[in-house]
Amino acid sequence: MRRRRTDRTRTRAATALALAVAVGSAVGLSGCAKGESAAGAGGTISYWLWDSAQQPGYQKCADAFAAENPGLRVRITQYGWDDYWSKLTAGFIADTAPDVFTDHLGKFAQFADLGVLRPLDDLQATKDIADDDYQEGLATLWKGQDGKRYGAPKDWDTVALFYNAKMLADAGITKEQVDSAAWNPDDGGTFEKMVARLTVDAKGRRGDEPGFDKNRVKVYGMAIDHGGGDGYGQTQWSPFTGSSGTGWQYLDKNPWGTRFRFDSPDVQKTLGWYFGLVRKGYMPPYEVTAGDLDKNKQLAAGTAAMTVDGSWMISTYSGFTNAAGEKTPIGIAPTPVGPAGKRASMFNGLADSVTTNSTQPENAAKWVKFLSGQTCQDIIGNAGVVFPARRSGTELAVAYNKRERNLDVTPFTEQVSEKSTFLYPVVYYAEDIKAILGPGMNAIYIGQEPVSAMTTFNEQINLLLSQRG
Amino acid sequence: MSSPSPARTGSTPRPAPPDDTKLALLFIAPAALGFLVFLVWPTVRGIYLSFTRFNLLRPAEFVGVDNYTRMFADPVFWNALWVTLQYVVLNIGFQTILALVIAVMMQRLTQSTWLRGLILTPYLVSNVVAAMLFLWILDYQLGFGQVVLESIGLERIPFLGSADWAIPTIAFINTWRHVGYTALLIFAGLQTIPETVYEAARMDGSSEVSTFLRITVPLLRPILALGLIITVVGSFQVFDTVAVATQGGPVNATRVLQFYIYDLAFGRFQFGYASALSVALLLVLMAVTFVQYRLTRADSTDLD
Repeated sequence: MRRRRTDRTRTRAATALALAVAVGSAVGLSGCAKGESAAGAGGTISYWLWDSAQQPGYQKCADAFAAENPGLRVRITQYGWDDYWSKLTAGFIADTAPDVFTDHLGKFAQFADLGVLRPLDDLQATKDIADDDYQEGLATLWKGQDGKRYGAPKDWDTVALFYNAKMLADAGITKEQVDSAAWNPDDGGTFEKMVARLTVDAKGRRGDEPGFDKNRVKVYGMAIDHGGGDGYGQTQWSPFTGSSGTGWQYLDKNPWGTRFRFDSPDVQKTLGWYFGLVRKGYMPPYEVTAGDLDKNKQLAAGTAAMTVDGSWMISTYSGFTNAAGEKTPIGIAPTPVGPAGKRASMFNGLADSVTTNSTQPENAAKWVKFLSGQTCQDIIGNAGVVFPARRSGTELAVAYNKRERNLDVTPFTEQVSEKSTFLYPVVYYAEDIKAILGPGMNAIYIGQEPVSAMTTFNEQINLLLSQRG
Repeated sequence: MSSPSPARTGSTPRPAPPDDTKLALLFIAPAALGFLVFLVWPTVRGIYLSFTRFNLLRPAEFVGVDNYTRMFADPVFWNALWVTLQYVVLNIGFQTILALVIAVMMQRLTQSTWLRGLILTPYLVSNVVAAMLFLWILDYQLGFGQVVLESIGLERIPFLGSADWAIPTIAFINTWRHVGYTALLIFAGLQTIPETVYEAARMDGSSEVSTFLRITVPLLRPILALGLIITVVGSFQVFDTVAVATQGGPVNATRVLQFYIYDLAFGRFQFGYASALSVALLLVLMAVTFVQYRLTRADSTDLD
């Protein structure tokens, strides 16, 4: 599951707090929700997002929108990831959801199914949104099974390797080596050699040196978190499974697949190799990451040298400093080439959706049209936090990273230009699937279940999906 | 009762006392209204929902006993029940014994209100804060607790990160937080035991331990029983510590019943099935309370 900038500790506390509030003062909550009611009169459009880092950019868009549309204005509200979805759900039930909100593919199917989203084709301003205006494949992800469009593409993301450049240099690994690394599930290829080399035990012995103590590791070659990958392993194992075999896909068809493919021998062999890195001491075991240690924190703390992570995390990684206040040198490399003969990255994107409980859908559609238009997406590109869905916006974001952060982010964009991406699985029962795969990946990460258990999980998921005729 | 009252035998009956029923009903009304609206109605509705398929946004659809059939076949439910039971046994075991010892010490050793008040302080900390606190103290890599373990020559222990340790650790965290409250309940019970009984024991040369076992514990039984019923019911409903510290993991090792119910309802929108599990929990709690009540004879005392 893609989580933007979530800090697990904070998330947990926030969830608990939200619970306390929800349980303790249902009355107060509803009162407060009423006050923020979306159905804003007088042309005020309410808009929700979860990433605080993106709020300034979207505020600029809102200002530009107000200047272009006299009489209309946008009020932006930001909530952290967990609160965001529970408040949104509560809003749908109590008829207080915002006019427009930032939508995620992992949630979209359920919302479309519940009938809380308005088809954009039925609204004047958004009926002529063209798929071709956006990076290839993004727009079609947001069409429901009925063929109608429920979200206007706003940005996209892929994954790449973030590494600590100093640790790489210390290990004698060059940028060319990491850029051209390849992996395979048999001996791990040049990629595993590199990960082994980057791993250092308490006595300073590297993972590929004799006497390496895998139980006393100081720096792990690669980071891992979220109990082994929550479910789809987007920023953990997905670049490996995606480049395994002949280019593995999660589903028989995407979006709206009916069968998952975790029973494939290729993917199980790949997961076996991936979690084998934990047994070899090159990736931290479950005990270490169980608390609240996200991958970016492992790199920040210097307990890991490299990690797979998403493009939305660029500003987080590029901002690391050590205790002395010196900047941590961070480099970005593309995900390694796999047995499929190419690299692979999940391709995911966010979109803006209009809710059915909006009392001013036409105004809301104008704002959605503006958000998905060139003016706003160029503003977002220049803010440098995410890659906008339009090509020109993407180019601006690449230029921003080069100029302001001296960071080459082409490892992310290359996956798109070279068409080596696969899509985020869009299916019904997303939360139920997570309830099976989450603990399932956990068990495989810990070593409590063999990788072949994926076949059982796969059967359970497919049984769920088959209930929908 | 032996002498007949004049009112009964006298020839001129006193006027009947004014009928208080209306006034009584007036006094009872606010509490009764709250009881009906906030307890009876949600319970009845919850039981109804357990026979439906319901996702909050669409009208509930009656499905008979489907949810209960599914429950009996659901391995995660049985695991949750088993895990919850383990937690309750550990939590109540630690907590009651510790609370009893603390309460007796409070009574026998100190008169200081300050010291007695100090015992209660963890209870003033919210569950969430307590869980966060221990999450940090026990963190495998950075936790202070681990540093202490290492400094006394022991290995680090993945308290919340291993299936074997997670439930005992959560049981301990909640014991830490609740023991003061339980101790206070027992302490109040101790105050009801007359000093004369202890004096008699001293006269007979009873030792401190023997006094505790033969006088304090038996005379404390009704209060202990009441305390146990309250704490066991509370213990079965463990939720926040799990939600903060482990979120059900590793795998399903701490997926206690309440957390599973919460996830089903608010994460997966299966309010019907979640209601069925809640009804199951209700039945379990009713059975446990009934058995406890009978076994401990909580409604009688040996002081008479």
